[in-house]
Formats: sequence, structure tokens, C-alpha cells
Amino acid sequence: MRTKKVIRIAWQGLVRNKFRSLLTMLGVIIGVSAVIIMISVSAGTEATISDQISGLGTNLVFVYPNFSRGGFGKDVQNNSGGLVYDDAFAISDQINGVKGVVVEQNSSQMVKVGNITIDDGSILGTTADFPTVRDMDIASGRYFNQNEVDRKQKVAVLGSSLAEELFGEIPPVGQVVTVGSIKATVIGVFEEKGLVGEVDFDSRIYMPITVVLQKFTPSRLSKIMGDRVKMIYVSVDENAQMDDVIGQIELLLAKRHDVSLDSPDFMIQTQQDIIQTKEATTKAFRNLLAWVAAVSLIVGGIGIMNIMMVSVTERTREIGIRQAVGANPNDIRLQFLTEALLLSLVGGFIGVLVGIGGAWVFGILGDMRTVIVPSSILLAFGSAAAVGIFFGYYPANKAAQLDPIEALRHE
Amino acid sequence: MTSVPIIQTDKVIKEYGMGNVRVSALNGVTLTIGENEFVAIMGPSGSGKSTLLNILGCLDRPTSGEYYLAGEDVSNMNKVQLAIVRNRKIGFVFQSYNLLTRTTAVDNVLLPLIYQHDDTMNEEEQYQRALKALDSVGLSDRVMHQPHELSGGQKQRVAIARALINNPVLILADEPTGNLDSKSGQEIMALLSELHKQGRTIVMVTHDDAIATFAQRIIRLFDGKIAIDQLNGQHQPAGAIQGGEDAN
Repeated sequence: MRTKKVIRIAWQGLVRNKFRSLLTMLGVIIGVSAVIIMISVSAGTEATISDQISGLGTNLVFVYPNFSRGGFGKDVQNNSGGLVYDDAFAISDQINGVKGVVVEQNSSQMVKVGNITIDDGSILGTTADFPTVRDMDIASGRYFNQNEVDRKQKVAVLGSSLAEELFGEIPPVGQVVTVGSIKATVIGVFEEKGLVGEVDFDSRIYMPITVVLQKFTPSRLSKIMGDRVKMIYVSVDENAQMDDVIGQIELLLAKRHDVSLDSPDFMIQTQQDIIQTKEATTKAFRNLLAWVAAVSLIVGGIGIMNIMMVSVTERTREIGIRQAVGANPNDIRLQFLTEALLLSLVGGFIGVLVGIGGAWVFGILGDMRTVIVPSSILLAFGSAAAVGIFFGYYPANKAAQLDPIEALRHE
Repeated sequence: MTSVPIIQTDKVIKEYGMGNVRVSALNGVTLTIGENEFVAIMGPSGSGKSTLLNILGCLDRPTSGEYYLAGEDVSNMNKVQLAIVRNRKIGFVFQSYNLLTRTTAVDNVLLPLIYQHDDTMNEEEQYQRALKALDSVGLSDRVMHQPHELSGGQKQRVAIARALINNPVLILADEPTGNLDSKSGQEIMALLSELHKQGRTIVMVTHDDAIATFAQRIIRLFDGKIAIDQLNGQHQPAGAIQGGEDAN
């Protein structure tokens, strides 16, 4: 009963000065909303990463070209052509423990079937191992084989949503689709895969990489140096040692490119490395927000302390009256501590709402996934309450120590 | 009549300041006030009236000497214990009313009950008791009014109702009519006299002789000492009166 009364008295104190209370709460509001946004962003990133792990297929090794090796004054070698298409075949043929090798080349072309036209259809040129390496299943028809890749056959396999968009109820296999300047025969349709990271696997057309390189992304250097590729995906056999396979690839590519292993013109990363890089990026962002949250909670706390000091001075007479009728120092301390706590908790509540809204806006504008974690709301409330008690204690104690005679005499 | 006096002080000294610079406000006040007395304390500025009232009201402690309130030694109590004594045994009426602003009359009156620290009375009972107290000072039609909506006399009556709500053994009034016009002042004094008739013990500080005539007994302080202690209308030397023995 008394607790209820204490809270009611404190609440009346806050409502009496609505605008001042709101300004006082601002620091806590910012701090708490930063906590919530911070946790929702990192939870969203974790969810994205775990999606990618399950979507990429396991035991994947990525090989990139590395043009930034050496540098001025060092033994910069002129024979770097980056990665070429043939490197992929060398890896596939000469290295033990490799389950499959995939090379990818993106292109955007106009896609047309009958009177349906997609202006910027997404084309992925790739190799025969693609479904194995990237964990994709065929729903109808089949995927193209290495023979068709080598012979630059104009065949296409469709992602599930694209197939439906282009053909609707008609079975697509055997139909012809116009891609850019060429006509390709549909030989298969993938099962639905969904989003992997930010890439929609279901809305693309899959074609032999040889066709894409030659028809859509020709390069003047191709004839001399071979077709350049941006990345080679190597799927390592489950039984093989990842490090061993990576070592073999390094040796092989160094030999083929005639570079030393100390300054290679390529980079090899595992799935693990990529995840770590992404995590490091989000961790930096998260740390920044954590600092913002901590600083604004402290600033908010100082704001509360300041206002409580003013309030104690303003209400000295009231404190004297309460003391005269029997309030002891603990009663007075409790009353002002409750006001500070209420101030920070109401600020915390508004902060939670702003944080949830902010996380939502971040998700839309910031092009990142955010997930509201219920326990973060608890954490935010908890830290707001801690701030209220910590910074409210000194002014409350000051009020409690007032001499009743002095307080009653105060104008 | 009980044999225990309401107020019994023995050589109460109150000094302010530290070290060599000491100012004594009370210089050995020995005083006995019995149950159902109505005493006015008078004296010029600086005579120690306010200091005495603060000590009698347990707002302050004597530097030395003893003070028994209704038989209980309160001269060496700590702040928390003094707060309990103020809450249970004393009702204050101040010159400037000292009501909580932006708080209704009834909430002002039940304020002492909030600090009772026992849960024997629920909120409804507290409220009813505050209504009764307001009714006894003739303000049952001003229950939900805030101090700024009340006249000075009404404010002082709210303060008296607040002083009565805990059924104290002693009512201390510090210049209760000091802020009031003469008509309101007369009304407040009539109310205090009525409370006295009902058996209350009242100690009042005033500098106004006309107001002091409402009391049965007048104590005059001078330089922190009791100079004159007399029954109203008589002239007797200090200490001649043993409280509570006079016919009412």
C-alpha cells in the first residue's frame, strides 16, 4: 500500500513538469534505443550469416584474383592475368580431394518468351558442377554437363520463380527462351531455393559459362590470355583435409601463374574466412553503437541527476513539511529515488519503442536485416533502471539529509 | 488526570556554532506542562521562543539537558526516532500554514498517516479519517480544494485538521494567526480554544498579547531563560505553577 503511494506521489511530481521530464529522459531514450537497435542489427547479421552457411553448401573454398600484391619497388610481376577459366579446370583435374569446381560469371540481359519480356534478367554463366557445389536440386529436366559447357551449347536452366514468370502453366523444358542476342533451349528447372544472403537464386537463368563469356562479356584479352573469371568456387570432399587442399591449390596456381608463394596474384578464402570478415564488420558497427549507448546512458544519467538536484532545491519546503509530519530520512530518500527511477524507466519505455521503430527503419533504409531480440528489451530496461538508481541516489540522499528546521524556513 | 506531564524539561540548553564562537539560544529552560493545558510562549525576537518550540516539537535536539515528552526521554533520540515521535505524538500548526501545494485539502490532511509505517489502516480508512478531521474544523465542503483555492483562515483550518489526524498528545502552534486578518485570527483562536476544551494540550508561540489571552498560562522568555511564568491575568513568579493543577 505504501509502495503504491510512493509511486503515485513520484508520478505526480513528473507529470507536473511534463516538458522538463521529457527533456530529462532524452538521454535515456537515446541510450536505450541504441541498445535495442545495436542488438537487433547484430542478431540480424547473425541470422544472415547462418542462412549463408546453410545456403552456400559446405566445405567451400573461394579463389579470387589478387591484383594488389607487391606494390611499388617490389618484384611486381607483369605476367599476372588474374584468374582464368582454365585455372578452374586445372584445379578440378590435378588436385586430390576436390569434389567439384564452379566458375561463375554474371550478366544482365533482356530475357524474352513470347510476349513476356524481362528487361534486366539476371544471367549466371557457370559450370557443370554448380548444382553439387551450391546445393541445388533439379525439379524437372536436367542440368547441363561439362560436354555442353565445352561445346558452348546454347542451353538454359531456369530458377523456379523465373520459370513460372516466363511460362506459367506450360512445362518449360524444351521451350526456347531469348536471352540477349541468342536463343537458348530450356533443358531444366531448379527446385525453389530462396534467398541466400542477398541473392535470389530462383529468379536467374543458368547457362554454360563459355556461352556467357563469349556472347555477353567478351574481353579483348580473352583470345590471348584466356577468359578471365572473378571467382572460382572449389567444393572440397568431406573426407579430404581442407588445409591440404588449399595448399595444393596454392602450389598449382603459383606454378601456372609463375608467381612466388610469397606474393601470389590470387587469394584463397574459406567460408570460415568470409564469415569472419562479415562478423568483423558488424562487430565494428556494434561496438560503435555500444559506445553510443553507454555514453548516452551516462549523459542521460547526469541529466537525471541535474534535474533531481534542482528538484530537491525547489521542493525544500515540501521536504520540510513532510519531515515535520513524520517522514524520516529513509522516506524522503525513497521518494526522490523513486522519482529518478520512474524518470529513467519511463525514458526506458519510450526508448524501447523508439528502438523498435529505429530497428525497423534501419532494416529498410540501411539495407540490413534486423531482428528484435526480446531479451534486449529487458537489458535496455535494466540498464535504464540502473542509471536511474545510480544517478538518483546522490540527490535523494541530499534531500534525506536536510535539516527539517532549515527546510521549513526555506522560501 | 494522569500524573505524567506532557512536557517536562530539565535545564535545556541549546547552543549554536563551534569552538570559541558559541551562541546560546536557550540557557537552561526547566518547564513542566501538564495534560490539557493551553500555554502561550511569548518573548521578544531572539529570546529563544522558536528554538524552544523546535525542541519541544522534536525538530531539534537540546545541546544539553533533558526533555521528556509524555514520559518518554526524547533528548537523545536519532533522526528516525524523532520522526516517529513527531508523527505519533505531535501536531504542528505553522504561521505560514505549510500545506503541500497542488495537493487537495484531504490529501494534505492525511499526509501524516502516510508516514505511520504500519499498515493497520487501509487507504479508504485513512481517507475517511481525513474527511472526519476536515469536518471537525468545519471544512467538509472544501475537501477537494487545493491550497490556492482556499482563504488564509481555511488554509489554517486544513493545517489544524492535519495536526489532529494522528490524535497527538501535544499540539504546537507557531504564530497561528500571524498571516491572518483579525476576523480569521479570532476564528482560528476560537477553534484552538474549542480543542482545548475537548481535552487537547496546546503550546502556542506568539508575540501578540491579544492572541495570548486565549491561553490559560503565559510563559515569557528573555535571553533564553524563562522570565515570567504566570496564569493568564495573574502575576506570579516563574516556576510557581505546576502544570495541570489549575482549575479549568
